[in-house]
Amino acid sequence: MARGQGAALDRKKLMADPIMVTTIVVLITFLTLFILYPLAILLVDSFVGDGSFGFSIFKRIFAMPSFTRAITNTLKVGFLVGILSALIGLLFAYVEVYVRMHRIVGGLFKVVSMLPVVSPPFVLSLSMIMLFGKAGIITRFLLGIYDNNVYGFWGIVVVQTLTFFPVCYMMLKGLLKNIDPSLEEAARDMGAGRWKVFADVTLPLMLPGLGNAFLVTFIESIADFANPMLIGGSYDTLATTIYLQITGAYDKAGAAAMAVVLLCITLAMFAVQKYYLEAKTAATLTGKASRGRMLIEDRSVKIPLTIFCGIAAAFVIMMYICVPIGACFPTWGYKFFPLTGKWFSQVFTRYHGFKAFKDSFVLSLISAPITALLSMIISYLVVKRRFRAKGFIEAVSMLAMAVPGTVLGVGYIRGFSQGVFHTGFLQGIYGTGLILVIVFVVRSLPTGTRSGISALRQIDKSIEESAYDMGADSYRVFMTVTLPLIKDSFLSGLVTAFVRSITAISAIILLVTPSYLLITVQINEFAEKGSYSLACAFATILIAITYSAVLLMNLFIKRFGTSKSIKED
Amino acid sequence: MAKVKKGVRLEHISKIYQDPKTGKEFYAVKDTSLVIEPGSFVTLLGPSGCGKTTTLRMIAGFESPDEGEIYLGDEPINELTPNKRDTAMVFQSYALLPHYNVFDNVAYGLKLRKVPAAEIKERVMKILDLVELTGMEGRMTNQLSGGQQQRVALARALVIEPSVLLFDEPLSNLDAKLRVTMRTEIRRIQQEVGITAIYVTHDQSEAMALSDNIIIMSKGVVAQMGTPQEIYYHPVNEFVADFIGEANFLKGPMTGKDGKFVTLNIEGNPLKVEGRDDMEKGREYTVVLRPEAATLADQGGLPCRVVLSCFMGSYQNYHVMVGDTLVKLEEHNPKNKHIYQVGDTCCLVFDPASVHVL
Repeated sequence: MARGQGAALDRKKLMADPIMVTTIVVLITFLTLFILYPLAILLVDSFVGDGSFGFSIFKRIFAMPSFTRAITNTLKVGFLVGILSALIGLLFAYVEVYVRMHRIVGGLFKVVSMLPVVSPPFVLSLSMIMLFGKAGIITRFLLGIYDNNVYGFWGIVVVQTLTFFPVCYMMLKGLLKNIDPSLEEAARDMGAGRWKVFADVTLPLMLPGLGNAFLVTFIESIADFANPMLIGGSYDTLATTIYLQITGAYDKAGAAAMAVVLLCITLAMFAVQKYYLEAKTAATLTGKASRGRMLIEDRSVKIPLTIFCGIAAAFVIMMYICVPIGACFPTWGYKFFPLTGKWFSQVFTRYHGFKAFKDSFVLSLISAPITALLSMIISYLVVKRRFRAKGFIEAVSMLAMAVPGTVLGVGYIRGFSQGVFHTGFLQGIYGTGLILVIVFVVRSLPTGTRSGISALRQIDKSIEESAYDMGADSYRVFMTVTLPLIKDSFLSGLVTAFVRSITAISAIILLVTPSYLLITVQINEFAEKGSYSLACAFATILIAITYSAVLLMNLFIKRFGTSKSIKED
Repeated sequence: MAKVKKGVRLEHISKIYQDPKTGKEFYAVKDTSLVIEPGSFVTLLGPSGCGKTTTLRMIAGFESPDEGEIYLGDEPINELTPNKRDTAMVFQSYALLPHYNVFDNVAYGLKLRKVPAAEIKERVMKILDLVELTGMEGRMTNQLSGGQQQRVALARALVIEPSVLLFDEPLSNLDAKLRVTMRTEIRRIQQEVGITAIYVTHDQSEAMALSDNIIIMSKGVVAQMGTPQEIYYHPVNEFVADFIGEANFLKGPMTGKDGKFVTLNIEGNPLKVEGRDDMEKGREYTVVLRPEAATLADQGGLPCRVVLSCFMGSYQNYHVMVGDTLVKLEEHNPKNKHIYQVGDTCCLVFDPASVHVL
């Protein structure tokens, strides 16, 4: 059988669409240059960095005790954080879906699920130090403990768990809602007790989903840079070791090889998560629940669960609230009253706060629409079109999800500081705002693409085909049909990209030059120096900005959103 | 419409797909040649997976044929993208643009063609009148019933005055009653406009009611093309006979010939039926007997035994065994007739001219 003619005709039809072809070419160039190439250069660097090809650099770094220790540290933290987050997430999800909750507890849950979205990733480290550190409000002033050490393994574990479990909670909530209540009712009907139903029905159904949540958190934890940086103390993880190797030891080849090791770990995890667990989750939990679930009213179940989750949620919220309050104490550790606004004014008068906010704001504002549009275009191409490079585009944009920021940052340093392949080509972008914008885009692209793909999958393919059939070319189909239909997803992609960019630190901290002051980098610096009040003041304003962005988005969606009516009745 | 009507011609068209599970390639459509006359209403009919939708989508341009050429009128269109082809499709899911109202949906194709606003308004209103949706132009599509959405989809396809109108199982999402009403409507509008229409369905009664010509497809190839009567009364093989209406097959060798009638030996009994010129003595033949063409009697015809007798209102449904062959019958208007019961032995009687020999 020869499929040659069909393929040739498909190609010809594609070529008859210049906008489409240009878009694909631009996309491929962008993905290759800014995702594949920096990773490739890391490989090249770590094998030939010393001038000769071989494993000498890897031998060298594996001989460093600090590096091997960092690997075990990272894996230990990631493993524990993954398990704890998945379990706490499951508990929260279970209580929300199965138990009749008091309104106030429900409200706490909503706030908890919202907080990690709007706050910079390392805010909890900050409040952890302020609440439980040597001069912590709770440890020193409430309990009178003077030598409590929050730095190190347990500090990272607690902070990362509190940061990441809401993600697990949201993931598992969606899955629990998809369990058909009649399955559990059938088990009850056969005489199983509530605990038995959970152990024999609910939990087995959730296992792949739990595994998925565990791995997603594991990857996040391994890739996390800022929390280990702030609260790790001498307990170094891979991300911080790489950072120190490049900024402290100026060992760029070594850092590149370390980055390759980190990348291999996350890629392996990602592959398992994406191709094995995700498929399994989808296979065990398909479709929607057929009807509402009888909520658990039994007080012996309801009261302990509600109290536990309520306290946990309140604790997380208190950690976040500690940040704006901490920014108002006159002198951290000595004088708590009267509350003052002096740190806020110092942010702007002494510490170039205005410039920092302007730089962060402008760069994020530029990258957000680019990210949102790019991710929608990629989703459109991946879901709705057929062409040969589609697999490449999909794979590379998903790959970006598995790349830790630190790895990307090292890749950009190695890849662009002397131009592409050290030729000087594109060297001009290194150290400019442009490269920061590109990093922001690349870092937020996978999230946007994923939400775009799932939004587009909801839309019947024939709607676009009908527009095409009526005489619209690809560009018009995209602008008049696709984009309006996924405008909610586009809008939330826009805000998510903005929030992710303005709160990003891991890749950025390696690439930023003194001509740009970024808020997250400032917070990190002040926290490192122990100026917690200033760090808190910066963080408070940052959270205010991101929170208003999210509020604005919700307002917009409520007012102009259409997706509800679009999703085929 | 002032436009010259165009037909569609498929010359040795094949489409190869890959089975996603086994990775094996197979012909979804194989070496299919068709001529569809200008202005005619042609139905592609067949079970699911027979290649009818693939054929339609190749005509629309969504799929590219791996072999052969498609002509619209006399122009080869293989290389044209769907938006450049002078065809318009009515989709199974209607595929209305959910963010537009009825007017904008219908006007969409005209706007793309840069028709002046005043003319758009006039043409849209005229078409909405044709499909009996006047007054609905401001509604959003999700405020319409299924039948109304179907009409909008039809209006949207008609308004751009394509040379060929394509239908991809457009009525399968409607309830049974509405389906009957809409198919009459579609036929009326097609006749009024005089447009060439190609219609894909797996519902044989729809095909019968709508078409000038029916094309029966099976496993990627055309099994038979003809008018509804030709296909019903003179099916070319068992597949077609069985697919269109109910059919009983009586098999046996030919034992004698008498003018245009031949005698076959069916389960040990001689049976006289209208034959063909090319039939040979001694060869095995299959007789197609439609359920409504036969009746039961106390004598004459083929002896049989009743195994099911069931009152269906407008007819009495019988299953009888002729030797080892099961035959299904419909005795219409059974009110004052003798009803045979299960276990009765009787005779299967029919007019030798009302059967068809394969």
